[in-house]
Parts: sequence; structure tokens; C-alpha cells
Amino acid sequence: MIRFDNVSKQYPGGFEALLGVNYHLPRGQMAYLTGHSGAGKSTLLKLIAMIERPSRGQIFLDGVNLNNISKNKIPYIRRNIGIIFQNHQLLFDRNVYHNVALPLIIAGYRHQEVSKRVRAALDQVDLLSKENAMPVTLSGGEQQRVGIARAIVHKPSLLLADEPTGNLDPELSKEIMQLFERFNQVGVSVLIASHDLNLIDEMGYPVISLEDGQLSRNDLLNKGDRD
Amino acid sequence: MAKSPERGVKVQRNSPMRAYFTHHIRVFISSLGELTRRPIASMMTVTVIAIALALPSGLYLLLHNIDQISADWDSSAQMSLFLKGNTSSNKVERLANRLNLRNDIESTKIITPEQALEDFVRISGFGDVLNSLDKNPLPAVIVIQPVIDSENPLLVSQLLNDMKKLPEVDIAQLDLEWVKRLYTMIDIANRAVWVISLLLGIAVLLTVGNTIRLDIQNRKEEIIVTKLIGATNAFIRRPFLYTGLWYGLVGSILALTLINIGLAMIETPVQKLATLYNSNFQLIGFSLDNSLVLILISCVLSLGGSWLAVGRQLSKIEPS
Repeated sequence: MIRFDNVSKQYPGGFEALLGVNYHLPRGQMAYLTGHSGAGKSTLLKLIAMIERPSRGQIFLDGVNLNNISKNKIPYIRRNIGIIFQNHQLLFDRNVYHNVALPLIIAGYRHQEVSKRVRAALDQVDLLSKENAMPVTLSGGEQQRVGIARAIVHKPSLLLADEPTGNLDPELSKEIMQLFERFNQVGVSVLIASHDLNLIDEMGYPVISLEDGQLSRNDLLNKGDRD
Repeated sequence: MAKSPERGVKVQRNSPMRAYFTHHIRVFISSLGELTRRPIASMMTVTVIAIALALPSGLYLLLHNIDQISADWDSSAQMSLFLKGNTSSNKVERLANRLNLRNDIESTKIITPEQALEDFVRISGFGDVLNSLDKNPLPAVIVIQPVIDSENPLLVSQLLNDMKKLPEVDIAQLDLEWVKRLYTMIDIANRAVWVISLLLGIAVLLTVGNTIRLDIQNRKEEIIVTKLIGATNAFIRRPFLYTGLWYGLVGSILALTLINIGLAMIETPVQKLATLYNSNFQLIGFSLDNSLVLILISCVLSLGGSWLAVGRQLSKIEPS
């Protein structure tokens, strides 16, 4: 699903965020990405979401070499990824339903299809009763679940999560992780950046670790070779 | 490339064309909703646009009306030929008929010495004194209505020179100066209206551009999130362009309303004045054509302004 081939990222100013990173996340695999802050976790996720471009090396997403994707094609790459942010990035001027519907509207779905899928997604995160609520009226955990519903509503084949439990207490964090597990069980590839090592151990999925921009641990080495 | 990047979405999608139009209609309506959600800010922008449009349009209308009045005055710009005292009434009539054939003369009218005397007696009240004269001292007069070509007021002075050379004519008179001055003034005013229109048109462009720019800055977070979700630049641009279009549309309609209110306010006094001058002058308002042109210009300017703002701002806002 994701393949990094000797990827380096140097920011303007000379800071080397990633240095010769190689790994392969097979299709349908769930894995964790860990490392201290500043180790390059965010950069790695940004490279997949094409928020940043690599300085050297190649990234393949679903078999597509991202180096060959021109700027105006980036939106179409992103539509195949569900991104979950630490601060959930909901739009506070519209209700839960319209937040979740956004990816479908962007992709041009029919009205009936939109409402069907939005309700299905909200049902999966157990928020069907809150579809008319405004995001501010929700708790932190609920807001994060709305963010997840928005990330999965268009059925992407890859979920990227950047510290999805960063602001949540342990119990809620575990619930969120179990939610990701459920999506993984229906075939979605999942990559979660997190520093919650206890929870990661408890969940028991492969881990890749970054230290000063280089891989220090890669549990994915012996995983299957499916794209 | 092994697979199309759009692989993940394949069920129950609109055909691209239909999705495109549905989205356009949706954004067209929702951008209006967006404006009504902050009514005061929107009203202020719309009012600025309306005033900027109403000012030159009102001036244009004013000039148009003055043109109309001066066309009336043109018809009163007459030339009087005072004939020599010994000209027989027969000769006067032949001369008048001959002049009537000229291209630069609209019509001629003869005032015989007898008529002139009668009028003079009636108006001056010196009837007794004049009756005591044994001979009518007044000459025959031919009043000429020249054809007035506003493009070429010199034709009239040419005509006047010709008239002066006629052997029967003693004095030929025309007050041409004020006609010339009026045309020059209208010409200057016309140019001024164009200059003002141009400047205020730029003002509309910049007002809308600046409003949209602020709008984009206020919604920066939203733009970043939608970009991350896979929105194209065109998708993000659209609501801002439609917002600009609404500003132009509503602004021009408000401008037309202001102009019509202004016209209604001066209509009664103008009618009174016209009656005093025995004129059947009617105020001219904006025709449907003119109104549509104004609306179109406003929409184009506003759309242009928002296009400029969107083009400059959107490329700066990228997720990081």
C-alpha cells in the first residue's frame, strides 16, 4: 500500500527530517509509527499525503509513484486517503452531518448516496444520534470520532492518523484505537502515528520507529509483499 | 501507473458533467446563504458597490436628460432674417420658398410687416402712438428653423453667413454662442462621466476583491482542511467566485433602486418646472436594456475582483 524507497526529506534551511527511510506497508495492514517529537513522524505522514515532497528517493502509494504526480493531480491522490488529525480539524460553522459529508461532496456524489454513506459512517463511530449537532457541543472524544467518520466516509483504502489520541484520556484512546482496528478488519490499510507506547504495546500491531529521521525499528520487514 | 488514483470511489457517483452542474447550482445557492449569515457585513459591501454604480449611472442619466432638454432648445435656436424695407410681399414669399428647399433649413416662417406691427401693438401697448404713424416702419421677417446637427454646430454659422449675403436680407441674426457652449459643456460632462465610471468601476473591482480576500483569510482553516480531504483548487475557488457574483448582482439591483428612488424624488419638482416653461419635458429613467447592461457590468466587475483575490490568495494557502 505504501512503499518508501530510500526517502530523504530536507527542509529549506538544511534540516534533515528524514534520512534514507525504507519500509513497506502491505495492503490491508495496520501499523504504528512511533518516535520522539522531532524524529520525523509528521514529515513521514506529510510525504504520504503529499503535503510535502521528498528531497530524494521514491514513494509508492497503491503502486503509484508519487514523484510522477503533478500538483494539480494531488487532490485525486488525497481522495484515496482518509486523514485523521490530532486536533480533528472539524469545520465549526456546520453540523456533524455536513462535516462528514464534505469528502463526498468534493468527490461529486449524489445527494441520496451522500446521506446514505454519511449515516453509515456516523453509525460506525456510534454518533448517529448527533448528526444535527454542531461540533462545539461535542466532547473531545466525540469530535475525534466525527473526524474519523469524515476520514472513512468515502471508503478510502488507506487511513492515516496523526496522534489521533493525543488529547484523550486512556480509556477513550483505547476506544479510538479499537475503532481503527475495526476498519482494518474490513481491509483498510492503517498507519497511526502515536507516542502512546503503552497503548501500542497493548494493541499488538507492527511498529516502525523513527529516531533522528532514520528508521530504528521496522516490524514490517517480514510482512507479506502485497502492494 | 498501475491504478487510477480515483480507484477508491466507484459506486453511485454522478456522471462528471452532472456532478459538475449540481455542484455549481449548490454552490450558487449556498454562497447566497453564506452572505445572509453575516447580513451586516454583506449589506455594507453591497451598499458600497451600489453607491459606486449609482453615482456614474445617475450622472449618465442626468446628462441624457439634459441632452433631451437641449434637443428642445435646438428647435428654438432660430435664425431671423430682417429683410430690406422695400421688399415686396411677393418677393418675400418666393425667398421663403427658395430657402425652404435648402438641406440645412428645417422650415421657414414669414412674419409680414403687418403681423409684426400687430404683435408689437399688442405686446408693447403703444398702440395709439403707432397708429399715428402713416407708414409701417417694421420690415418683413423670415424666421428660419435651421437643421441642427449636434456633431457639427459650425453648419449653422455657415448658414448664417450665406443668409447675410442674400441681397434681400438686411440683418441676419442668430445667437449661436450659447448653443456652442452648451454642446461643449455636455461634451466635457460626458467625458467626466466616463472617467468617473472608470474610476468607480475600479472601486467596485477592488471592493469586491478586498472583501473576498478577507473572506478567504477568515476561512483559511477550512480551505486547508478541504484541500487535505482532496478538494481541487477549482472546488475551493467556486464559492468565493459565486460570492463575488452575488455581490455584483445584489449591488447593481440596489444601485438601480437608488437611481429610481432619486428619480421619483425629483420627478414632481421637475414636472412643475417643465409646466412653468410650457414644456412637455419628461424625465427619462433607466430602460430595461440599460438596467441589464448595468447589472451585467456589475457582475463582471465583481467576478473579476473576486477572481483576482482568489487567484492571489489560494495559491498561498497550502496545508503544512
